[in-house]
Amino acid sequence: MTQATLVMFAIFVAMALVITYWAAGRSTSRHGFYTAHREISGVQNGWAIAGDYMSATSFLGITGLIAFYGFDGFMYSIGWLVAYLTVLFLLAEPLRNTGRYTVADVIAFRLRGRGVRAIAACTTLIITIFYMVAQMVGAGSLINLLVQRISETYAIVIVGLIMLIYVLYGGMLATTWVQIIKAALLLAASIALSVLVFAHFHFSPFALRDAAMSANVDGRSVDLLHTGLFFSGPLGGLDFISLGLALVLGTAGLPHVLMRFFTVPTARSARLSVGWAMGLIGAFYLLTTIMGLGAGTIVGQHDIGKHLRDTQAIRYIIRHPETAAQLNAELTQNGYIVPERNSNLAAPLLADKLGGPLLTAFVAAVAFATILAVVAGLTIAAASAFAHDIWYSLVRSGAGTEQEHIFVARTAALVVGFASIVLSVGLRTFNVAFLVGLAFAVAASTNAPALILSLTWRRFSRTGAICGMLAGLISSLVLVAISPNFMGDHAIFPLRNPGLVSIPLGFLAAILGTLIARDPESEAMFNQLQVRANTGIGAEV
Amino acid sequence: MQHHHLTASEWDTLAKDPEFLALLRARRRFIVPSTIFVLVFYLALPVGVAFAPELMNQPVLESLTIANLYGFTLFLVAWVLLAVYMREARSFDDRAQALVDRLTAELAK
Repeated sequence: MTQATLVMFAIFVAMALVITYWAAGRSTSRHGFYTAHREISGVQNGWAIAGDYMSATSFLGITGLIAFYGFDGFMYSIGWLVAYLTVLFLLAEPLRNTGRYTVADVIAFRLRGRGVRAIAACTTLIITIFYMVAQMVGAGSLINLLVQRISETYAIVIVGLIMLIYVLYGGMLATTWVQIIKAALLLAASIALSVLVFAHFHFSPFALRDAAMSANVDGRSVDLLHTGLFFSGPLGGLDFISLGLALVLGTAGLPHVLMRFFTVPTARSARLSVGWAMGLIGAFYLLTTIMGLGAGTIVGQHDIGKHLRDTQAIRYIIRHPETAAQLNAELTQNGYIVPERNSNLAAPLLADKLGGPLLTAFVAAVAFATILAVVAGLTIAAASAFAHDIWYSLVRSGAGTEQEHIFVARTAALVVGFASIVLSVGLRTFNVAFLVGLAFAVAASTNAPALILSLTWRRFSRTGAICGMLAGLISSLVLVAISPNFMGDHAIFPLRNPGLVSIPLGFLAAILGTLIARDPESEAMFNQLQVRANTGIGAEV
Repeated sequence: MQHHHLTASEWDTLAKDPEFLALLRARRRFIVPSTIFVLVFYLALPVGVAFAPELMNQPVLESLTIANLYGFTLFLVAWVLLAVYMREARSFDDRAQALVDRLTAELAK
């Protein structure tokens, strides 16, 4: 399996490099680097947005969550799909009509001033770095689990460097096309696996349902259709609401997704891209549900994890004398032991069980490709926040040559790429899965209120935007620092996701800040913003 | 079409244009209730699961629970609302285009 995986991954990387070579000539200006000259079509952009959402977190993470926790895992899928309606109704078209390169452009369109842009750029950087570290640490452990010869550190460095090559040379155009191809491959892998799951149950959804209702967990029968398996305990319900709120409003503040609306020619195509994305993402999440239930019942939760065979297994047994007898029995029975369960491996192990080594290799290769494609988009989002918002707009106040700015943009991508490689290597042994939920919570408490209020509320002021974004940012970071993610049983704040407190706080502070200090200059600009946002007059081309 | 040269008072005139205001109202009439409906309808699921887990785990149809069916309904509702908005938005586009055409003609004079 190892060789086949590496060969398929190498083919994908080769394809990405060919695209990069083709795109390189068209990415020599900022316009090309950040927005692919706004020549991506609505359909293409829809596939790319779907690709951003079909991340490793979705493909491996959600499949695993559903395999282990059933319906509670499906909740993520629902939240992420519904979230796009908010984006569609409130943001897609106005963003295309009023933005140039970054989310901060839209927020600062009428809230002119250095403070607003600086804070918006910082929130973008923080959100993308959290998201990126989660993806890259995930990549490290995943590659290490699938191809044991490659250590986590090497895996992170390899993914980071390949990604940097095509971001630096191919810019947004290469990033978009790599994302589109990956989305198609991932969808193909998911369809193949889902068909195999159905075939296993003789194409009867009832048989799948019955199996899911009595999944075997450590000898107990568990009903995967019931809620409360993941979010249990007295505060489980509140944590569930908190996460739900972050998921449904977070997308409206995620820079790497919103940035894609700057790559299409018109507001109409921005809308069309959300339409395609929602169709594809919804279909994909239905497939992950089938795969998750399949993995939970066919592979069995007990077997989902890193499989150790032969000498590796024996070495592990020797190191754990207290459970040696039990492990020995397991080894004789299965030919392998599972020292540690890892829900991220549900999809690859399902492929192994149903499709054999070649399909497993394909699924593993697609999983690498996914991580590669998603971190590329994140890198461009972070680089543009630094180069366009901080350097071009704040430090140079719009002065300087095109050459200088494209140089700064590339340097920023390089720095962001290296910083996240170093951070991810440093954090590789921590469980950073909560960082994705945190990125959504920060996005929903900072960018989302600032964007929505700036586009819809005439009185919304600079003071309001600054108060809102700072309150949302600080509260979500502080609450996570004192949450069970860091403090375990001694947590001061009992919820794992801060959204339930930080999102209302972000909106409230934005409203209070506005009511305290009037801002006639920003109010005067509202007419222009409204006309532009709703008609497309004067939109950047 | 580039209109970077419009002055502040010209933007204000445009913003008070009756046709533009009618377009804004039509968009709002769709977007505001739909957004509120989606958020409330969605958040009812985690709230229900949090405060009435027994009720939500009640099997109702072919052993599927209320939560299961509610979840799938949310999927369908999302797709239906998407389709409805895509259709509505085409008329918004036409109205916006007509407005832009009229403005271009007026500016050319």
